[in-house]
Amino acid sequence: MAITHKQGSDAAHGHDDHGHGVGDAHDHGPTGFISKYIFSFDHKVIGIQYLLLAIGMSFIGVGLSFWFRTQLAWPGHDVMTPEQYVSFVTMHGTIMIFFVVSAALSSGLGNLAIPLQIGARDMAFPLLNMLSFWTILPAALIMIASFFVEGGASGGGWTVYPPLSALRNTLPGAKWGTTLWLLAMALFIVSFTMGGLNYTATILNLRARGMSLMRMPLTIWCWLIATLLGLLGFPALTAAAIMLLLDRHGGTSFFLPSGLIVSGEPMANVGGTPLLFQHLFWFLGHPEVYVLVLPAIGVAFDVIATFARRPPQAYRYSVYSLLVIALLGMVVWGHHMFVSGMNPYLGKYFSISTLLITAPFAILGVNLVGSLWKARIRFTTPMLFALGLVSAVGTGGIGGLFLATSTADLHFHDTYFVVGHFHLMIGVVTLTGTFAGIYYWFPKMFGRMMNETLGKIHFWTTIIGTFAVFTIQHFQGLGGLTRRYYEYSAQVMMPAASLNPMVTMFAFLAGAGQLVFFVNFFWSALRGPKAGENPWDATTLEWTTPSPPGHGNWPGALPVVTGDPYGYATGPDGNGFRMQNAKD
Amino acid sequence: MSSTAVTEGHHNDAGESEPGFYGTSWQKLMMWWFIIGDAILFGTFLGAYGYARLSAHAWPDPSKVFSMNFITVMTFTLITSSATMATAVAASRAKNNRMAAHFTMLTAVGGLAFLGMQVVEWHHMIVEHGARLAVGPQIEGVPNVPMFSAFFFTITGFHGSHVASGVVILFITAINAYRGKSGPEGVELSGLYWHFVDLVWVFVFGTYYLL
Repeated sequence: MAITHKQGSDAAHGHDDHGHGVGDAHDHGPTGFISKYIFSFDHKVIGIQYLLLAIGMSFIGVGLSFWFRTQLAWPGHDVMTPEQYVSFVTMHGTIMIFFVVSAALSSGLGNLAIPLQIGARDMAFPLLNMLSFWTILPAALIMIASFFVEGGASGGGWTVYPPLSALRNTLPGAKWGTTLWLLAMALFIVSFTMGGLNYTATILNLRARGMSLMRMPLTIWCWLIATLLGLLGFPALTAAAIMLLLDRHGGTSFFLPSGLIVSGEPMANVGGTPLLFQHLFWFLGHPEVYVLVLPAIGVAFDVIATFARRPPQAYRYSVYSLLVIALLGMVVWGHHMFVSGMNPYLGKYFSISTLLITAPFAILGVNLVGSLWKARIRFTTPMLFALGLVSAVGTGGIGGLFLATSTADLHFHDTYFVVGHFHLMIGVVTLTGTFAGIYYWFPKMFGRMMNETLGKIHFWTTIIGTFAVFTIQHFQGLGGLTRRYYEYSAQVMMPAASLNPMVTMFAFLAGAGQLVFFVNFFWSALRGPKAGENPWDATTLEWTTPSPPGHGNWPGALPVVTGDPYGYATGPDGNGFRMQNAKD
Repeated sequence: MSSTAVTEGHHNDAGESEPGFYGTSWQKLMMWWFIIGDAILFGTFLGAYGYARLSAHAWPDPSKVFSMNFITVMTFTLITSSATMATAVAASRAKNNRMAAHFTMLTAVGGLAFLGMQVVEWHHMIVEHGARLAVGPQIEGVPNVPMFSAFFFTITGFHGSHVASGVVILFITAINAYRGKSGPEGVELSGLYWHFVDLVWVFVFGTYYLL
């Protein structure tokens, strides 16, 4: 079915300077402050709202990590209690994954860039899009509020494994904190679902004329596939969260085995199993990794193409690899549970299927690096971050090979090797991707450019700080340092633990770099030099409209796509570029 | 886009975009993805139930806990409502808005009847068998398994809430169809959701009551 206006807009194109549907009350956009900036239907405003939420939440998420890194580096100074330590670790993970990375990358940049890159006037269902933001906001507030209830915030880890999370007398944070955690996550899932339905419908149905699926920028492919993975994964967590809530407040035993003794008291629960929760959690939890990582890789493809001035290598194979990653990503969740006591044959299966994912990922990596072959690289800030991403994908990916091997994982499980690995992947890869995207699309947000010098300081502090922290953590894990410990006293762990002050200081360095970004972001939004329509000489559709684009995205008719998204290295001398809607 | 849900903000005009994915409207696409996600939600509940039941030492014989005749009537009612829904969609396609509205309304009434019977069913479990969310049904000669009740109330409760929301959607659709504001696309969207809710019941019926 075609999307038409009630008023039948066809007759109107001639005399309307906007050229799209006269009689449409929204032509010139909302004028009031509240409808324009607060309860906005405009995908660009919603994208910026998500980004601001992520920046705000990152102060809490990163602040918590500084707090417990201080405890780890210089124990014995009472900077926090052990109960606070587990709460802070839990909340750091939750906030960073769902309210910083997911909010900034999937929701923030996705909302901003998807309609612009595919040549649509807005998301398919703008009302739902607005509701999506106004659902994640209370989720974030509830998450923050959980610090202030009796017992403090949830302390069961971001994975909220039962029985620790399913009983209310196990930890101080389990009394109310975990309940609020579950409610906030439920709201987050509702928000993600509303946003995700919009993404898929918009990408599949509202692309500009001429943009076949294989003419979509790779960013769009990545957002599409990541969203589909999220839509398939989150329902399992929803069901698990409902059952966990019933275990906590309804007296059921879905995840509680018989014969449990807590603080010397026998529990009355019978018949459940915590293993079930682990399966359900990781059925989402593993695809969630790709939900976070794939959009970052997509942004890197676009940014590298623009600044390497040549099309990404083997576009088609990147798309196929993404599809294979999505398929395999749904069936490998058990590699998080090798030591949970599951059947060794099942472990073998999960081990092999996980190792298989290396193949499509290697193709993506080769294509990212291959795109630089013989390129005349422009080392702008977004490009530096994209290159940092490529480096992090490679470094983080190597650790994954060891963890995917069930036998090796017996040693690595729950050590800092795991911490270093997943921080490189869903911390450094996602954040470098996010930053690349923010520096790259900043003109489309505020019509201005960000400061390059501050950007480069931001890049080098971020990349040196984070790589130092997380590679050292790999070695700490090899040395047997277990994660989630408040303080180390075992003699065997001391050599590895002695590196903690160094790790913490590098973390502070990386954190200081983010302050530079913070200043740059807000200063440039207000005072940065004005950006033209296409400041980077890029070729995709978002660069064919003014910066920032007005309501409805294109002042005239929507662009008509005539070629591939990456028309670089064209012309007789190979220095030209061709816009995706060029009429040649 | 005159037929379906409220959309505000800015929209592409006809002919401004590529044809929809396999000719589907974005509304229908969204509904399908929602249904797939919701199916995984119920699949998770049923899978968890299977996990618990297979690992349990004993499990009550459903035919000794429930009145199978009653459940059959419930199931029949819900499946019949799917038939009336299909009629409503056909009528709407034939531009017969009044008939579409009547049959949508009839579908909603079928849903209400199902919900009424579910209330009777819960009443039966709670009052006569003494079952609670965390207490198994107390019947002589039947093993007392708390997990049986936990899954029963969770799964049927969750399905019931879907039926209830479906009934609300159907009432709104019926009124809109009657006023000519809801065309075939709108009626079909509500219908898709309704058929899905019915299909879930078939799985609940098959795995919880029959097995």
